[in-house]
Amino acid sequence: MSDNKKSRQSRIRNFSIIAHIDHGKSTLADRILEATSALTHREMKAQMLDAMDLERERGITIKLNAVQLVYKANDGEEYIFHLIDTPGHVDFTYEVSRSLAACEGALLIVDAAQGIEAQTLANVYLALENDLEIIPVINKIDLPSAEPERVKQEVEDVIGLDASDAVLASAKAGIGIEEILEQIVEKIPAPSGDPDAPLKALIFDSVYDSYRGVITYIRVVEGSVKVGDKIRMMATDKTFEVVELGVFTPKPIAKDELTVGDVGFLTASIKNVSDTRVGDTITSAVNSANDPLPGYRRMNPMVYCGLYPIDSAQYNDLREALERLELNDSALQYEPETSDALGFGFRCGFLGLLHMEIIQERIEREFNIDLITTAPSVIYDVTRIGGVKERVDNPSKMPEKKDIETIEEPFVKATIMTPNDYVGQVMELCQGKRGEFIDMVYLSENRVNVIYHLPLSEIVYDFFDQLKSNTKGYASLDYEFLGYKPSHLVKMDILLNSEKVDALSVIVHKDFAYERGKAIVEKLKELIPRQQFEVPVQATLGQKVIARSTIKALRKNVLAKCYGGDISRKRKLLEKQKEGKKRMKTVGKVDVPQEAFMAVLRMDQDK
Amino acid sequence: MIKGAYVHIPFCEHICYYCDFNKVFIQKQPVDDYLNALEKEITNQPRSCEIETIFIGGGTPTALNTEQFEKLMVMIKDHLYHNGITEYTVEANPENLDNAKLRLMKNYGVTRLSLGVQTFQNDLLTEIGRPHTNRDVIHVMQEARHYGFDNISIDLMFGLPNQTEDMLRASINEALRLDPEHISIYSLQIEPKTIFYNRMKKGKLVLPGQDIEAQMYELIINELAANGLIHYEISNFAKKGHESRHNLHYWNNDEYFGFGAGAHGYINDKRVVNAGPIKSYIREVNKKGHARTATHEVTRTEKIEEEMFLGLRKLSGVSKRAFYTKYHQTIDDIYSRELADLKERGLLTEDEKRVALTKQGVFLGNTVFESFIK
Repeated sequence: MSDNKKSRQSRIRNFSIIAHIDHGKSTLADRILEATSALTHREMKAQMLDAMDLERERGITIKLNAVQLVYKANDGEEYIFHLIDTPGHVDFTYEVSRSLAACEGALLIVDAAQGIEAQTLANVYLALENDLEIIPVINKIDLPSAEPERVKQEVEDVIGLDASDAVLASAKAGIGIEEILEQIVEKIPAPSGDPDAPLKALIFDSVYDSYRGVITYIRVVEGSVKVGDKIRMMATDKTFEVVELGVFTPKPIAKDELTVGDVGFLTASIKNVSDTRVGDTITSAVNSANDPLPGYRRMNPMVYCGLYPIDSAQYNDLREALERLELNDSALQYEPETSDALGFGFRCGFLGLLHMEIIQERIEREFNIDLITTAPSVIYDVTRIGGVKERVDNPSKMPEKKDIETIEEPFVKATIMTPNDYVGQVMELCQGKRGEFIDMVYLSENRVNVIYHLPLSEIVYDFFDQLKSNTKGYASLDYEFLGYKPSHLVKMDILLNSEKVDALSVIVHKDFAYERGKAIVEKLKELIPRQQFEVPVQATLGQKVIARSTIKALRKNVLAKCYGGDISRKRKLLEKQKEGKKRMKTVGKVDVPQEAFMAVLRMDQDK
Repeated sequence: MIKGAYVHIPFCEHICYYCDFNKVFIQKQPVDDYLNALEKEITNQPRSCEIETIFIGGGTPTALNTEQFEKLMVMIKDHLYHNGITEYTVEANPENLDNAKLRLMKNYGVTRLSLGVQTFQNDLLTEIGRPHTNRDVIHVMQEARHYGFDNISIDLMFGLPNQTEDMLRASINEALRLDPEHISIYSLQIEPKTIFYNRMKKGKLVLPGQDIEAQMYELIINELAANGLIHYEISNFAKKGHESRHNLHYWNNDEYFGFGAGAHGYINDKRVVNAGPIKSYIREVNKKGHARTATHEVTRTEKIEEEMFLGLRKLSGVSKRAFYTKYHQTIDDIYSRELADLKERGLLTEDEKRVALTKQGVFLGNTVFESFIK
């Protein structure tokens, strides 16, 4: 290896930023960009790492990005930084772990007023598992409520990191930025791989581009890759020829070669993101590495729901939308499904609830399709009498009770971090969600980790929202999959106007069935507008009605006045009314609004 | 053919809690400048044929003082009135309709009075922001009859906060005792920018609700029919031959002029709106001769839709022949699916001459009207 190359490799620093939502990650990333790259203020949109509108609105980074920056350090040398952005939500734990695996270090951003949150902690542990050097940064020290010393102590107590060198910063006010950059140079090790070994590059993200095919974000761990090289994906065993290599500064800059330690992008006329799975290893097709990089996992959806177009003529549009989204999202799964109530649609699998909401919103916004979403469900392992096993991802497909030997459902280990004032509320909530208490650990004087085993289906409902409202937003949640356990579950059907609506069926625990049934029929009564005739709403277990309510008949809706000849106003009113009706699905003879299909999710919120 | 003219007087002595029409307190307003501008607007409007009806509404036209009111009467007489006018209505409130104004109206050719009575319970009148009492109404009716007005309409309301069916029945009986030729009876609608709207948003307005309202409407229809008033439009009842010709223009989808601040017109296939604020109305008219701020060219589709949702407000419905003459297509050509569906649901009825609402269709009018919009 030439000295030149060696020297360059020694001046590379790869890192990411670990932070809880709102703790200032994007602002800090912006400051680092300003302090290093050639980017001017005018070129830079605020918080430019968060590209999609949706991300910006929710303040969550969904897709990862990697930026190459040049920093002239106090020692006079120029360093090449690669800042790799990570998503910050529990649904994307695996993606986070892969982008961390592309780094040698991480900045841990902790809000000087709020301290460590559960999600941050989970990601720090991921970083530690990946042997990353962690630089603690106490951010927002200019806030009047900032308690940097307390938070430093928390970092030491809770994570066990030495926080004596922690940078006291305010990304917003531009305080501590240089110190952060210097610590990156000093503390984070340079990449160690051998540039002459067979190629091993880690895929940590990929996006689909309609002109160039899949753009793969890679970190070269061993060897090097050049334009024109034949490459092979070690997990999917697909081979391609490299068309384009480059780095983002954040503008894309083409390169002829990426070598050890480099973080950049690669295109190779790849048609489908599922050929370039996150965590897979790219090697040379000619001179292959023996083993892939460790840690590759095929992502499996945890949460399923039905997506149906309100206007059944949009079925094909919906399929195209899913195909397009799948190009960018290998975790999204879907297959056609038919519902008696809703017609033709798709059963879709998601990593979690947030993932599900993001996909729904994108379909509605970007593809202009009004959707009916059925309540999310987990996958149940059902053993029929006689021993035949099957997996049920749709409550309406649950076999009849008399045919079932056992139903098993997925459980998770939920770690809830809360100020100790709210421990009571948290435990009450978990208890009400069929939780099994496991442990309670005091992290510091007033912060507690409460650990429960919970059925995933309970979390999938509205656990997170309730947790937030019961703890004034202070508690945070992280969960990991434990395994399947048998439960006393039953299928509850909902009848509208005496007709079973398959899209409203839910699986509930036997002991909660009456309570749930009552809540659902009341909620539906509230959500479904009056019809021309009276509509009974019933919840049933098998043939047995366990709860009922009645939607009264529409008696009068005729508009009185003509507004002194203002016909346009009258027209607008009727148009609005018509528009509302178009957003409803006619089930039997009943017009049902979108929200009603999610009624099971909402019912606990009003209690 | 433009059939009518609406003239808007946007001034009031009191603001009613339910009203969202374009109106202001009359105190300190440039009323005379407004009337001058109104005259300018009317004289500037080119007219190719003679109108049949005039309607002066508000606001409160009778909130004007005697001189201003006379000025208004003279202006209409000079520029809009002619011998072929078949109906000339002025809206009046019982508290400010005095003999001087009655005399002026009679002298200048007004044929019809529309009295804003709303209810006969004094407590309820106070609760909706009306300053008059039931006595004022009785008195004004006597005086109007005395001056020879033989076509008087009484406006009533139902579905008011704290109004019961008994109170409504009492109001209807009081109204019938005064033997008006016409009764308009509107259900309260809570509109933005009203006092009621703000109260409702604060949760301080208790309304009877849909079920009671439906019973009230049923009561109205039965009581008035029993007393010889024909239900000829959703909210309107009249003795035979006393249907409001001006309002029928709206429901027949005919064209009309709209003069004054915020007034709406329908002229040569265009729906037009004047500037609403008094001062901008005056400024615009003085500058350009008119105050039109928005113009919408009505497409053929829209026109057909409006023909249906306006026409069906009449209990006699939409005439098939008139429809065909106007559009060279039958209603069935355009709306066969909607007609079949609405008939099956019992909301619409059809014979060889017309399509009309059923009794249930009258109650659920919006469901029917909406079906005719694409």
